[in-house]
Amino acid sequence: MRQTLFEITSNRRLAGEDIYELCLAGDTGAISAPGQFVNLRLDGFYLRRPISVCDWAEGRLTLIYKVLGRGTAAMTAYPAGRKLDVLTGLGNGYDMEKNGMAPLLVGGGVGVPPLYGLAKRLAERGVRARAVLGFNRAADRFLCEEFAALGVPVTLTTVDGSAGLRGFVTDGMAAAGDYSYVYTCGPEAMLKAVYAASRTSGQFSFEERMGCGFGACMGCSCQTKYGARRICRDGPVLEKEEIVW
Amino acid sequence: MVNTAVTLCGIRLDNPVIPASGTFGYGYEFAELYDINCLGTFSFKGTTAAPRFGNPTPRIAEYAGGLLNAVGLQNPGVDAVIAEELPKLARCFHKPVMANISGFSVEEYVTVAEKLTACPQVGWLEVNISCPNVHGGGMSFGTDPAQAALVTRAVRAVTDKPVIMKLTPNVTDIVSVAAACAEAGADGLSLINTVLGMRFDLKTRRPVLANATGGMSGPGIFPLALRMVWQVRRALPDIPIVGMGGVCSAADVLEMLLAGATAVQVGAANLTEPYACRDIVAALPTEMERYGINALSELTGG
Repeated sequence: MRQTLFEITSNRRLAGEDIYELCLAGDTGAISAPGQFVNLRLDGFYLRRPISVCDWAEGRLTLIYKVLGRGTAAMTAYPAGRKLDVLTGLGNGYDMEKNGMAPLLVGGGVGVPPLYGLAKRLAERGVRARAVLGFNRAADRFLCEEFAALGVPVTLTTVDGSAGLRGFVTDGMAAAGDYSYVYTCGPEAMLKAVYAASRTSGQFSFEERMGCGFGACMGCSCQTKYGARRICRDGPVLEKEEIVW
Repeated sequence: MVNTAVTLCGIRLDNPVIPASGTFGYGYEFAELYDINCLGTFSFKGTTAAPRFGNPTPRIAEYAGGLLNAVGLQNPGVDAVIAEELPKLARCFHKPVMANISGFSVEEYVTVAEKLTACPQVGWLEVNISCPNVHGGGMSFGTDPAQAALVTRAVRAVTDKPVIMKLTPNVTDIVSVAAACAEAGADGLSLINTVLGMRFDLKTRRPVLANATGGMSGPGIFPLALRMVWQVRRALPDIPIVGMGGVCSAADVLEMLLAGATAVQVGAANLTEPYACRDIVAALPTEMERYGINALSELTGG
């Protein structure tokens, strides 16, 4: 974990009414794996806001967030040039040593961004990943072209059928053929469905209301087959084999 | 050069700054961030006889002045604390640590106190009496002077460490509970624990916390904490008091000492600013100089 001051380089609506992309400049040296998150200090709010890392490079950080409450609503008005106090490099992130040669990345809504950072690093390693990305409707979709640009074929699903396959990510998984491993992130109901539908081992990224985001308060604990785990510190990524629903 | 040292129940602290129980784990995680030997001491995660997972999530909510938690005393149990956590702590912290203990019966407090008394690393026992008494209809020990005295007496009888009773503010008259603990042999008092509150989610029309209610902490409770420390100090001039509740700066530490505290705990601030306690310790001498304080004993009276 590292506490760093970042400067906003852009902050714009990306899709739907409530999905925003926040680009930041600053020290990303503490980020070591896709699927990690950062914790943002917002003026006027006591707790920091944990947001998954979409992508990063030296000196640059991209976050995609959804407006869920007053804190994220306030963030949408933050202009370029504004400084943000950020705890970076939080959580374990995805482990890329276990996926075999044909992993499937399954993301739903605002669970898609961390899978983009993963897809990019898998592509750099020569792993032929594919993605199933699910959204409510066509207007909500984002990052589909960016996955494709990495050479990662995308199966798009929308709940209302306005783009891609009509249905849920599990319908997209059924259409995706064989895969060696599953990486997923999305709402808990989706993770549960992916857990039931997946035929391989995999890694599941969870979300929980957090106090600190770095393992001190035990606010975001969950039960696993091997005892209590902190989503913020031992997660957010859990192995399929340890999950207890 | 100002003197930041204070003495808490016979043990000298280099400074009065103590991370509060439940916000600092068992210390070694913060030791990855900074040298925690700069602290006066710290109070480790509330420990019970058996392992506890605690309450269902969500366990955390927010308000304008801080946060609410309903963690529910998650901890690995006293045996695992002694076998695993304290040895890890010994590698990074070389001062006496404050052991925070909880129980749901008088017997449980005694069991945990006895086991931690045998640990040389432990300097003080801080006894959290905010938990419900399972044999007493679920009412918290700390809301009844007689029950609070019962726990104090039972723990006092089985330990040679200083016993600091941690009081809940969720009472009509904290002075009567404080006096009962002092009368029963408490070496010190710490106050205040969190203030019971709740939030609702307008989208679901349900409480935010799965437990419905939770404990408020953070700067929003600082004036309440000062008032209670001050009231207890006026009633009990001699007992050492560890003051806490919303402290987040060196100036807050000085204010808490003025209210009557001997040492000061910092809780919620650690969760939003991981370096909060290190920074408060570093700022304390400058803040003392600003107000012409040469030694903290000038404020604490001893």
